[in-house]
Amino acid sequence: MTDRLLKRYSYNVTANDFMSAGKGSSAIKSNLKSLGIDSNIIRKIAIISYETEINIVIHSFGGKLHCDIYENKIVIISEDTGPGITDVDMAMKEGFSTATDSVRELGFGAGMGLPNIKKYSDQLEINTSSTGTTIIVTIYL
Amino acid sequence: MNCLEFAEKLQLTPLCEKEANIEIEGVYIGDLLSIVMSKAKKNYAWITIQTHINIVAVAELLELSCIIVVEDMEVDNDTLDKAKELKIPIFKTKESAYQMACRMSDMGIK
Repeated sequence: MTDRLLKRYSYNVTANDFMSAGKGSSAIKSNLKSLGIDSNIIRKIAIISYETEINIVIHSFGGKLHCDIYENKIVIISEDTGPGITDVDMAMKEGFSTATDSVRELGFGAGMGLPNIKKYSDQLEINTSSTGTTIIVTIYL
Repeated sequence: MNCLEFAEKLQLTPLCEKEANIEIEGVYIGDLLSIVMSKAKKNYAWITIQTHINIVAVAELLELSCIIVVEDMEVDNDTLDKAKELKIPIFKTKESAYQMACRMSDMGIK
């Protein structure tokens, strides 16, 4: 019974739209707050959802951010179409980034996105190919 | 100490000060958003030279008490509009991040 999906929140994320980046994460946070989720869990999810959302904005052609609520866990899923991650092992290393200089000037592309996601997650799955990437992050309640 | 008292004492320029009665419980200095996301905590004041709209998203997600833009950097109008909408106080100063941090420390914010 613990694996029964109770609720799914989904948001579209547009490539290169830095004006709206973070909107999905902000909406997820508000929803989790209204569900009475513990503030430490919300902080972790805010970091994870923001990093995945920014990754879609910077590196993909666009995608979706989902937040699935189960009885015993919350799962953040980012799905994008795009070139995929060429070298996942490198992308997991702190400081490694393929972001452009213009993106870095805005304070992104520090090479901490995936390492942060891993740090705050209980489980992380990355499926990537030359047509897109899906990242599934689980946080247990 | 709340944001408003703090800003008055340090003579910071308020760019938008809605909800400026939020308490400041700590400080984080940083310009790389992912590192700020990971390190700054709820009710911290955030000192930065970044001025584009996404600083507001970071402050909102982390529930920071305010953003202090140093080195007299010009803040985008989009950023200010978003900050007003999300009730994130933004202050500005000509001082450096280091000078700001020293003064905040002198005021007892550690």
